[in-house]
Amino acid sequence: MKKYNYSLIIGLVLTGALLLFALIGQFWTPYSITETNVALKNAAPSMAHLMGCDNLGRDILSRVMNGCGTTFLVAVLTVAIGCVFGVIFGALTGFYGGRLDRVIMRLNDILLSFPSVLLVLIFISVIGKGKYNIVLALGILFIPSFVRMVRSEVIRYKEQEFVKSAKVLGAGNLRIIFVHILPNLTVSMLTTAAIGFNNAVLAEASMSYLGLGVQPPEPSLGRMLSEAQGYVFNAPWYAIWPGVVIVLIILGFSLISEGLRKMTES
Amino acid sequence: MKYVLKKFITLVITLFVISVLTFTAFSVIPGDAAMSKLGIDASPEAIAELQEQYGLDKPILERYADWAIHALQGDFGQSFNYTRMTVSDLLATRLPVTIILAVMSMLIIIIISLPLGMLSAKFSGKWPDVAINTTTQVTMAIPSFFLGIILTVIFGIGLKWFQVGGYVSPDKDFWGCIGYLIFPAIAVAIPKIAMVVKFVRNSVLSEINKDYVRTAYSKGNDENQVLYGHVLRNALIPVITFVAMVVAEILTGSLVIEQVFNIPGMGRLLITSISNRDFPVVQASVLYITAVVVVINFIVDIIYQLADPRIRTS
Repeated sequence: MKKYNYSLIIGLVLTGALLLFALIGQFWTPYSITETNVALKNAAPSMAHLMGCDNLGRDILSRVMNGCGTTFLVAVLTVAIGCVFGVIFGALTGFYGGRLDRVIMRLNDILLSFPSVLLVLIFISVIGKGKYNIVLALGILFIPSFVRMVRSEVIRYKEQEFVKSAKVLGAGNLRIIFVHILPNLTVSMLTTAAIGFNNAVLAEASMSYLGLGVQPPEPSLGRMLSEAQGYVFNAPWYAIWPGVVIVLIILGFSLISEGLRKMTES
Repeated sequence: MKYVLKKFITLVITLFVISVLTFTAFSVIPGDAAMSKLGIDASPEAIAELQEQYGLDKPILERYADWAIHALQGDFGQSFNYTRMTVSDLLATRLPVTIILAVMSMLIIIIISLPLGMLSAKFSGKWPDVAINTTTQVTMAIPSFFLGIILTVIFGIGLKWFQVGGYVSPDKDFWGCIGYLIFPAIAVAIPKIAMVVKFVRNSVLSEINKDYVRTAYSKGNDENQVLYGHVLRNALIPVITFVAMVVAEILTGSLVIEQVFNIPGMGRLLITSISNRDFPVVQASVLYITAVVVVINFIVDIIYQLADPRIRTS
């Protein structure tokens, strides 16, 4: 009997659905995301406004759709930065070793012992707040996790037969690293990326919640939560929806990473 | 002993590097601190005077030495924003609150996650394990600040178990303060409980197939004796290092949750100071928080080594 990898399937479906939701939100939303309407101030969910309206009478569904896109954008950009630089540093230090390798690994270990939200907070206190500052900070902070993973895998592969054969055939070091070794790391890299997405979404939401990330009037899920907090007495739905969407996005990515882990184990 | 010494030297070097980094980072920030305090309309003379007062006109190495020597004595200078408050005074009032919150969440995490992790491992693959696994997977995905809002709505506004925004300082009413901090501590703890449960479970499961477990069974021990008497002790060794990470996460979690529950701790101080560009306070807070993380890592390394003699020899 074939055992299905439920974590991976559910994670992919969930993330796919949310991504679609976010993509639609970039081009079309039921209502304007910035237009305010005093008459609809804190309106309860109804057929016209499925998730209700916020303190300025803006449609929450529209803002959640659009803010979801920002969340994905930040996550993709940061993981991309972390992945590209992490792979380059990790592959080179793993392959060549030596003193530079030791220094980079030491630095890596120190950085990895700090939670990413804390490091971003420190980073932001130096470079200032804003969406792209968050991307930059998170991107740089994701480099170590990729470096560590790629480095240890490269060390494991570099003594194997196929690498030696490639060398005998006259392949250069760079060709061996990028053409022969790296393709073997696809699944590990996807797992690291999924964990990265997970952390990125959480960190972006936290920073925007604290008012240090995405700046108004651009909608962001974390920011909406902090605005909603002032109205939990009379409009609890305002806080529920952005929060639920954040939870679903994180859940999707963590299920994917869980599923990928199971896949490599079996 | 040699191990401890080696780790200690690493600790000192790391702390030194962190202090240099925090210092230089805040020295190269665009926008002069004096200007940010006086506003862009300030006269050059006034700026120069303030720069002199804060020692901003000296060369950077001298300023670092000055700052580091004072910092070691616990003197981080004056806050730009809170007039007539030194940074150390500010930290002294804010730090205990965050520490109480972090310790409370740590206790909650340990009390709940160890039994759950063991239970999950004991019934591995059966319904209690599946139920615990599914729950942890979901709770891990809930950011603590969202959880905080949910708890506020249910227990603060709905059931009125605590006064929303009614924080009391520990000096005035220690137990009242603890009572107010219970819900924030739970909000910080729940996502981490999920992580620890999972880790404990996997750690126990990786021990359970080892030879000594079979020996323990063959000597006539029953399942509980083997699990709690033999396996747990070995399974907890990797958990110790994991807990170090969790401590750092709790600290971060409490920084964020303070904003949700209106608690005047380090987190609120840091965030208002970032927004106000109150650099002496930000600098000192960052230094404190990072130092705490590094020192906890050091302590955990030592405990780890004490708990497992095999690491000493290797």
